Amino acid sequence: MGSLIESNLGSDDAGFFATRMDSLVNWGRKNSLWPMPLGLSCCGIELMAMIGPKFDLARFGAEAARFSPRQCDLMIVAGTLTWKMAEAARTIYDQMPDPKWVLAMGVCASSGGMYDSYAVVQGVDMILPVDIYVPGCPPRPDAVIDAILKLQKKIERESPTRELFSPSERDEAGTGQFSMAPNQALPRGSGGQKA
Amino acid sequence: MAQSKTFDYMPATPGDLPVDHDDPLHGELLKLNMGPQHPATHGVLRLQMVLDGETIVSCDPVVGYLHRGKEKSAESLGWRKFFPHTDRLDYVQPLMNNIAYARALETLADIEVPERAQELRVLLMEISRIMAHLIYLGTTAIDLGAVALFFMTFTEREKIYELLDAYTGHRMNNTYIRMGGVYADIDEAMAAEIRAFIDAFPAKVDEFEAMLTGNAIWYGRNRDVGILTREDCLDLGLSGPNLRGCGEEWDLRKSEPYCGYETYDFEVPVGTVGDCYDRYLVRIEEMRQSARICIQALDRLDASKGGEFLLEDRRYVLPPRSAVHSSMEELIHQFKIVTDMRLPKGTAYSSLESSKGELGFLLASDGSAQPLRCHVRAPGLLNVQAIPRVAEGRLFSDMVAIIGSLDFVMGEVDR
Amino acid sequence: MTTLERLAAILPADSYVESPARDGILTLQMEVDALTEVLPRLAPEAGFETITLVTAIDHMDANGEVRGPRFEVHYQFLSLEHSDRVRLILRVDEDTPAPTATGAFAGAAFMERECFDMFGIRFDGHENLRRLLMPEGFEHHPLRKDFPHRGIEPDKLYNQWNRERGGAPS
Repeated sequence: MGSLIESNLGSDDAGFFATRMDSLVNWGRKNSLWPMPLGLSCCGIELMAMIGPKFDLARFGAEAARFSPRQCDLMIVAGTLTWKMAEAARTIYDQMPDPKWVLAMGVCASSGGMYDSYAVVQGVDMILPVDIYVPGCPPRPDAVIDAILKLQKKIERESPTRELFSPSERDEAGTGQFSMAPNQALPRGSGGQKA
Repeated sequence: MAQSKTFDYMPATPGDLPVDHDDPLHGELLKLNMGPQHPATHGVLRLQMVLDGETIVSCDPVVGYLHRGKEKSAESLGWRKFFPHTDRLDYVQPLMNNIAYARALETLADIEVPERAQELRVLLMEISRIMAHLIYLGTTAIDLGAVALFFMTFTEREKIYELLDAYTGHRMNNTYIRMGGVYADIDEAMAAEIRAFIDAFPAKVDEFEAMLTGNAIWYGRNRDVGILTREDCLDLGLSGPNLRGCGEEWDLRKSEPYCGYETYDFEVPVGTVGDCYDRYLVRIEEMRQSARICIQALDRLDASKGGEFLLEDRRYVLPPRSAVHSSMEELIHQFKIVTDMRLPKGTAYSSLESSKGELGFLLASDGSAQPLRCHVRAPGLLNVQAIPRVAEGRLFSDMVAIIGSLDFVMGEVDR
Repeated sequence: MTTLERLAAILPADSYVESPARDGILTLQMEVDALTEVLPRLAPEAGFETITLVTAIDHMDANGEVRGPRFEVHYQFLSLEHSDRVRLILRVDEDTPAPTATGAFAGAAFMERECFDMFGIRFDGHENLRRLLMPEGFEHHPLRKDFPHRGIEPDKLYNQWNRERGGAPS
């Protein structure tokens, strides 16, 4: 923590070159968020409506809604995640290359929704780190687009060049102890650091 | 019996026969998993297949990736609180599921729904049927490569969403039906908007047909693919367009009429061969007939203005809000219905014709406020079951056409 | 011929009891042997060409007590020709298998698998009796009344899932 590079990057008087690089990289990333639509249930239909002609997610750079996780940046979990499906969802998340973000669309993905039952994961953040939650059952496509715009603002605040020189601590394994309270699965670390 | 339109069978060019296994090219079998996450499985369906080259040797559908425990939840929620869960069964036609559940409750409680409510229900059911068939068309077309159809059908769906948003307050998952009728009445302006949409709709169906019906690629990919004969359908328990594709004229709206369907003037299309192309033609024609029924329902609604849209049975139907605040008995009724609405002891099964087949609810009550059993008879489960019967022996690329044409929604398959 | 007459023609006289239902569908309560015998005869002889429903009801009450055999298995059939339905019900306990309808109606396969998955009712003669909706390794039968609707030890399930994968998500 005492090296010249680290003390210059990410602090308020960070190097001019670093912050300009950050802005450039963030600008590129936020305006080309290719979604990985994990359309599980009813929110999947509203997701299709959002990709459709009226709401048109492609205007915001999300042109290529590929279904292969290897080619995507933003995983939109749209619908109820069950324990049977959880493994597949986690595998898909792991298959996505960095940088990646997760949008929990709808209340089922955010917190289990109206399904407090034996089969439903009570919020996708129990198994994945989520960047932005969109409530609604299902949320209007406008609401999800608003969420993506907020996510773009969040991406603007990141510092990718800092990542280059000091990788984040998020990769260290957690303890494996895990309670049912929501949001406790979120990683430690401030907003702006990306794994 | 029912008036029906049969479509002339046009034989396709033969080809795509199963391959000869003595051929040295056939070395190994390939196990392929068309996993729960896939754009063309119409939801979270997993197909474990064994392929010999491109030919499907065996196919095992694995369901349950969207099993949310609805039937179990019903047993703790109670009769009224289950309505939102019914929307999310077959989530492309939410009002239809609401109406099926409400009808099952009304059968169990032995109450009659007023006429205007029935007319409203018919209007909402047919709009839901149009919505569901538009999804079928859009998604099946895009899976087979006709990308423009997806955008065209979703444009029409957006128009319906706007109408439902204005009427019910939400685009989908409306939960607008109550036991004894419909939550709120429709006014003239809303009815006029719906009429304007329905009047313009058959021209749109003609556009869709112009793009697909005579199209050589569509015909080649769907004709003689996924043939389900009458014996197959009855063996598998299929109903709806899958059954009507093979020529059997069975439609619950005509055979076991409900909500006044016997008084409406419409035809039930049937196919001839029972392949994907016939099922496509059946659904296209059903959309036109649904529009026809909607116009009749709107005319009747114009005539019955001022009629009751909710039965005034204070055992099951909430009183209006103003009455609750001013009258003691209505306050007590409100309290009783919300906290402890009981249905008579017994079992009742009630079904209706949804866009996928016979959608039924089996309700068993022990006289208390919670259901003893609330079972959803989902047509989608049997449609998924039919996949191996029609896919085995065919080429892998036919699988996408078959999945699309059998038309199931995982919300109701898994519940 | 009425529905009951068509069925009485293929059933022995004392093998069924008419049970009341609130929906107007003829409901006959039968025993395992009589039902096993009549299932293949429904389509060819009584005109019930298709099966619509196979499900079960658990009659255990909130205190964990049950009067008589616990599960009531329902088989519902539809006749397109006569436009009517029939429901055949059967009471079994946890250890008695119910007869399978898959011999006569292939469409019963998934529905019987679902009954097995949700209630633990075995179907004698079903070739492929595996779980349908819950994952393969799930050990309980969710729709039984003694299974809580939130599941058993949810924390343990979540912790186990994460331990197998090397920690909380990152």
